[in-house]
Amino acid sequence: MSNSTTEQKYEPGKHPSMPPPFKTRGIMLWLRENLFSSPTNIVLSLLAIYFLYKVLPGVLDWTLFDAAFVGEDRNACKAKAGGACWAFIGERLRLFTYGFYPEAERWRVNLAFLMLVLSCIVLLWENCPLRKPLMGFVALFPFAAAFLLVGGNGVKLLVALACIAVVLMLVYKGFSSLFVMIIAITAAVLAKIIFFGGFQLPFSDLQIQGLVDLDQYDQLNLKKVSTDLFGGFMLTLIIGVTGIAFSLPIGILLALGRQSNLPIVKYACVVFIEFIRGVPLITLLFVASTMLSYFLPPGTTFNLLIRVLIMVTLFASAYMAEVVRGGLQAVHRGQSEAADALGLKYWPSMRLIVLPQALKISIPAIVNTFIGLYKDSTLVIVIGLLDPLGIGRASLADTKWNGLTNEVYLFVAIFFFISCYAMARYSLYLENKLHTGHKR
Amino acid sequence: MSATPTANTAANTSLFAKLWYNKENRSIIVQILAALALLWFFGSMVLNAVHNLEALGKGFSFNFLEQPASYDINQHLIEYSSRSSHFTAMMVGIINTLLIAVAGIILATVLGFILGVLRLSKNWLIDKLAYCYIEFVRNVPVLLHILLIHGIVVHSLPKPKQAINFADTTFLTNRGVFMPSPEYLPLFKFVVAAFIVGVIFAWFFRKFAKGLQEKKGTQLPVFWVSLFSIIGLPAITFLALGQPVEWDIPELKGFNYKGGMVIRPEFLALWLALSFYTAAFIAEIVRAGILAVNHGQTEASMALGLPRNKTLNLVVIPQALRVIVPPLSSQYLNLTKNSSLAIAIGYMDVTATIGGISLNQTGREMECMMIVMAIYLTFSLIISASMNYYNKRIALVER
Amino acid sequence: MNNTENNISATGRALGDSTIEIREMHKWYGEFHVLRDINLDVKSGERIVVCGPSGSGKSTMIRCINRLEEHQKGDIIVDGVELTNDLKNIEAVRREVGMVFQHFNLFPHLTVLENCTLAPIWVRKQPKAEAEATAMKYLERVKIPDQALKYPGQLSGGQQQRVAIARSLCMSPKVMLFDEPTSALDPEMIKEVLDVMIELAEEGMTMICVTHEMGFAKTVADRVIFMDEGQIIEENEPEQFFNNPQSERTQLFLSQILAH
Repeated sequence: MSNSTTEQKYEPGKHPSMPPPFKTRGIMLWLRENLFSSPTNIVLSLLAIYFLYKVLPGVLDWTLFDAAFVGEDRNACKAKAGGACWAFIGERLRLFTYGFYPEAERWRVNLAFLMLVLSCIVLLWENCPLRKPLMGFVALFPFAAAFLLVGGNGVKLLVALACIAVVLMLVYKGFSSLFVMIIAITAAVLAKIIFFGGFQLPFSDLQIQGLVDLDQYDQLNLKKVSTDLFGGFMLTLIIGVTGIAFSLPIGILLALGRQSNLPIVKYACVVFIEFIRGVPLITLLFVASTMLSYFLPPGTTFNLLIRVLIMVTLFASAYMAEVVRGGLQAVHRGQSEAADALGLKYWPSMRLIVLPQALKISIPAIVNTFIGLYKDSTLVIVIGLLDPLGIGRASLADTKWNGLTNEVYLFVAIFFFISCYAMARYSLYLENKLHTGHKR
Repeated sequence: MSATPTANTAANTSLFAKLWYNKENRSIIVQILAALALLWFFGSMVLNAVHNLEALGKGFSFNFLEQPASYDINQHLIEYSSRSSHFTAMMVGIINTLLIAVAGIILATVLGFILGVLRLSKNWLIDKLAYCYIEFVRNVPVLLHILLIHGIVVHSLPKPKQAINFADTTFLTNRGVFMPSPEYLPLFKFVVAAFIVGVIFAWFFRKFAKGLQEKKGTQLPVFWVSLFSIIGLPAITFLALGQPVEWDIPELKGFNYKGGMVIRPEFLALWLALSFYTAAFIAEIVRAGILAVNHGQTEASMALGLPRNKTLNLVVIPQALRVIVPPLSSQYLNLTKNSSLAIAIGYMDVTATIGGISLNQTGREMECMMIVMAIYLTFSLIISASMNYYNKRIALVER
Repeated sequence: MNNTENNISATGRALGDSTIEIREMHKWYGEFHVLRDINLDVKSGERIVVCGPSGSGKSTMIRCINRLEEHQKGDIIVDGVELTNDLKNIEAVRREVGMVFQHFNLFPHLTVLENCTLAPIWVRKQPKAEAEATAMKYLERVKIPDQALKYPGQLSGGQQQRVAIARSLCMSPKVMLFDEPTSALDPEMIKEVLDVMIELAEEGMTMICVTHEMGFAKTVADRVIFMDEGQIIEENEPEQFFNNPQSERTQLFLSQILAH
């Protein structure tokens, strides 16, 4: 073949495309370019290899090769192998998953989980068949799941779902938001009065009597399960999904409020957002567990789980508001000006023009906020709820398995790592897709 | 579809239309409604609280702060005993929070910058190792890190009798890290003096070098000279005076070490966990910041003949810092707030003292939580105010 | 005899010796052969315009001259220094070769004056006052001395590009490279930049200029080079090049670019 000294000459403009003079593939070249390209690189590579050589075998031995996967108790484990005692985790796996949810009713948790998976598929997979109608299912999922997990009167649920579906349809059909809001509030109040018996106006002594008592229709009843029994990964998912589902809309409203040119609305939102972002979540959880009842009318109590869910949602929505605000600021002014010029009013212009773009830009940041919220759900052990960490700490008190902290924490850490990493990758994928969308 | 408003037609000039379809009037109406709603909400909350507290016979006052706290705090940097007041306990808590926050911020920043630079390394292995560390650490809740490290310190480190021994002076045990504490002999003040002289010299040398550079163009090795005068000079003085320090070396007495300094397991676990966790986020911020500097900037600088290190110092880093600092400060804030998780392992910070034990002992939930929240809000305000100041100062001037 | 003839430019000026010699230079991006057998000899004082369709490798070629891109085969010798992996050589070449970019690449965190004095101070080790005096001289030459204390973000595109030219001139380079200096500018700003470039050419600066401004090529260039598919297709004096293009590809290109 041609050799560099006796290179063939070509007419101007007739030089063919030739392969490069060196190999661009091959493991040796890759090694040279990526590990040994310069003296510093060689030193760094050797250090890294030494580090791996020192650390990796020990870690692998402890977690896998020298670990006991079956065994009666701690001593049986330790007799078998010097590494981790995974038998403990195996024995407690159901506890880690369901908490103390009654054995006979666990199918309800499984069903709710299945619905969650389905909802996620519909939401995240853009080419999902029948996506539009299934979105309705997704919108109703939180309520259906709550009913499944807590139990109670199924007829009431159906009535409530029907009301919500009507409102959703109206929004979907493009009715102005103010109109839909009035309809929704009236419908909710009427439904409450007609079907669900009387109620007390919040923060006052005014009583309104109900007309129909739905409790007599109890054919669809599910056995009630106390929320004190909720625990494990199920609790993590409940807190995470509730926070995610409700913090986004509240966050959007807060962000719009913060952008508003009405001073009272604006400063109310600013104070709320900055207050929530300025204090640790743990103090808000303390407030929820110890002193929230002080602020309610005497005699009112409500469930600790719900109080925690409200606090977590409020906490996440303040962060969400800042993320959405960033997105709103990134949407070019010209967009809302064009919407104004077309004669769109505030809400339609937001809903149809500005928000879709702002939300699209901030999707990665929104997912990151979700990840943060999901990780923060572990803090509920501080006020005595039994999330996986709480279950693990409770299990450690068992004398049979005393002292296996590393196994418990590592197991829970891996659970969180897998779910959070998956979300992070999804957000990265979206970000990349978004970037190409902007480029060409 | 909803009918479009026909406010401008003559037929529609009712009072409602006049009020609602006038931009100014509408904004006033909406604001009055919002104000009323807020007033009603907070008013009823306050009224309820007053009513409920009265029913419990509690009242609302901060007088309990003067009562004796009657509990012990093992780590206190100011005078404290169980006979001290709740107020003193609170101050101890605040100082402990600040201590963990400052120590954590320093370690997290150092680790984070190192990891961020490693992530940009051309070396594949180094890049991937840093990536694995960052992804694992930041996708696991910080509380788990705290408990995991605390568990390792308490359960996996040996008892004091079998302590891991570094040169017979430092001992790693499940009761903490015991280190020798220095006792300064009179001659030591010369070392301090040498240090002060070194700092002053470095400062003047810097000024001198700058002046020389501006007048003659000569460049002096400011960094190395400063390094020598600040560290080398005191070190030489120290050695020349025959090491005027006596070390109080911890000794095993009974079941534990006595003497020297101790870093308690709670502090150690919290410090390491918060730093490792935050460092992973800082690393990503640093990496993104450096990548955010347009490649054209590096090219322009190199095309002018600036060598690589000058390009980095004069062109890339100043621009990257603008991108890095705002999210960095919010990570500092997160670290400070996350330090409240100290309560899970019994480190006595402000949440654990006034918001924990004091609260339980006095039953003053309302007052205690208000104090705790006010303290954290103050920290946040200080950090965000200084960040805003910095941002204003370095903001790029655009037209 | 032959030698002296070689050293007279198309505009009749005497030229010096070769400043840039490119011999049988090839470059690949991965498997993609971007530059194929480039041979170019630039005499001191010579003004060269490089044109060609986008993606033809013009920018890549001039970026090889100060090694913002690495070539894989052949030699590039700038001002007697051969470009290899030797960092000292690369820095030496970059000191003597100025470059103006399509997107200006001014440093946004420094004022106009600081942009201009950065390299003289840190590379040429000039005293600050001297560097500033030189910078003001060149800023006056590009007609924006009054903007010296502003930041690049406060200037118009044309002003920014003129600052970029001044910034390069402050290093008193022997050669100036222009990488499509006017393509990112609004039409009314193109002229103010071209005027500065023409003035610079008239003072005898050695220039290699990648541009689509054919008017500039006609008035200023000693030689026009046409590139396509990574090769030099044709090089000629401007008059010959525009009036009597040899290759079909050149004719096509010229008909497209001149047909308005």
